Amino acid sequence: MPITPTTNGGLELLCDSKKIHNVNIEQQNGEGKLIMKDLLSWVRTNLIKERPEMFMKGDTVRPGVLVLVNDCDWELSGQLDTSLEEKDVVVFISTLHGG
Amino acid sequence: MEGEGERGRKRGGRVCCVCNKERASVKRPKTLQHMCRECFFNAFESEIHQVIIQNSLFIAGDRVAIGASGGKDSTVLAYVLSKLNRLHNYGLNLFLLSVDEGITGYRDDSLQTVHRNHLQYQLPLQVVSYKDLYGWTMDQIVDVIGFKNNCTFCGVFRRQALDRGAALLKVDKLVTGHNADDIAETVLLNLLRGDVARLSRCTSITTGEDGPIPRCKPFKYTLDYFSTECIYSPNAYRGFAREFIKDLERIRPRAILDIIKSGENFRISTTTKMPEQGTCQRCGYISSQKWCKACVLLDGLNRGLPKLGIGRSRGGVGSENGKESKVDKSIQGKQCGTLDF
Repeated sequence: MPITPTTNGGLELLCDSKKIHNVNIEQQNGEGKLIMKDLLSWVRTNLIKERPEMFMKGDTVRPGVLVLVNDCDWELSGQLDTSLEEKDVVVFISTLHGG
Repeated sequence: MEGEGERGRKRGGRVCCVCNKERASVKRPKTLQHMCRECFFNAFESEIHQVIIQNSLFIAGDRVAIGASGGKDSTVLAYVLSKLNRLHNYGLNLFLLSVDEGITGYRDDSLQTVHRNHLQYQLPLQVVSYKDLYGWTMDQIVDVIGFKNNCTFCGVFRRQALDRGAALLKVDKLVTGHNADDIAETVLLNLLRGDVARLSRCTSITTGEDGPIPRCKPFKYTLDYFSTECIYSPNAYRGFAREFIKDLERIRPRAILDIIKSGENFRISTTTKMPEQGTCQRCGYISSQKWCKACVLLDGLNRGLPKLGIGRSRGGVGSENGKESKVDKSIQGKQCGTLDF
């Protein structure tokens, strides 16, 4: 399934300074369904090259990382349970460098 | 855009509760309302305009410095103020003012953001550095003091550096991006420290009107979209207060604004002895002691006694048996210097 994870606000530094990633992710469970929980662990394994603790804490993002699914705060779509569709754009923005 | 909306609705995304048309993309912290991007921007900007008008924060012709750290709050402040200034003809001359603490890999990144803001919003930019003002960068201070108490230096020096920069720009007012979360946090901290003088003034939207440059906080009633902490001192006392406030907010979002309200309505008994505001004998900065905090800290650094001025003891200058400086002459900092207002 083609998905576009995007890392911003400093998180790109954990991915060789690349911000936009056009990737193809295999469905996790034979049902052809992909949820944010799956995407997070995929990103952590495949895109994050260093200091994964800056990106995740436990099984979710580190507090202070804003997640937008198609420009919409993932809090409105079910956070980890948000189901993803083809060509969705998922933006991760870190704000941990001060206010 | 139409297609985007369809896409959102299809997966159970709610529509904006204001326009009932677009897909909601944020949850407004103050009300927990689901709002679309445009309605949220409109609500936010008109609220800030109301705060500015109702509190008479500015008068036409004012020169106003925006304390710009490169972080989200001050970036939004620069954007909103320049927009409102144009839209409502405030007649303000706006400037960006940044402090370079000299923290490698931290401030140099965010100063780039400030440079972008400077070009994007066409606002003149002034940068003042700890190195120039005090002769020490934060990196050098951390080398001497370690990671434990460096926040004290950074905070005290930044406050004064902003005033110095504002004096250089000859502005009438200094605005900062402090939001409701920051202020509620400060109320709690002052309460916990028993700092009655600060407790009584920390909630004012404008402070320092008796001093050289008044400061105001247009985001006083604005709730943080989500919290951030300085990654260099995750265990600082302030961090606990922040976490506590965030926990309260999760249960009841209004809690933050209510803490501010409590702070505002605190009445200090008239029999309480309040520190007298004077000026620092060394540099002329406002101080309730003989020397201002920055001069005490700087003196400690320059004499190789960096722990001086940290902790409970206040002032204390002139009473200690000063040991000879262990610091090499080459890294001796300058005197605080005089404030030229």
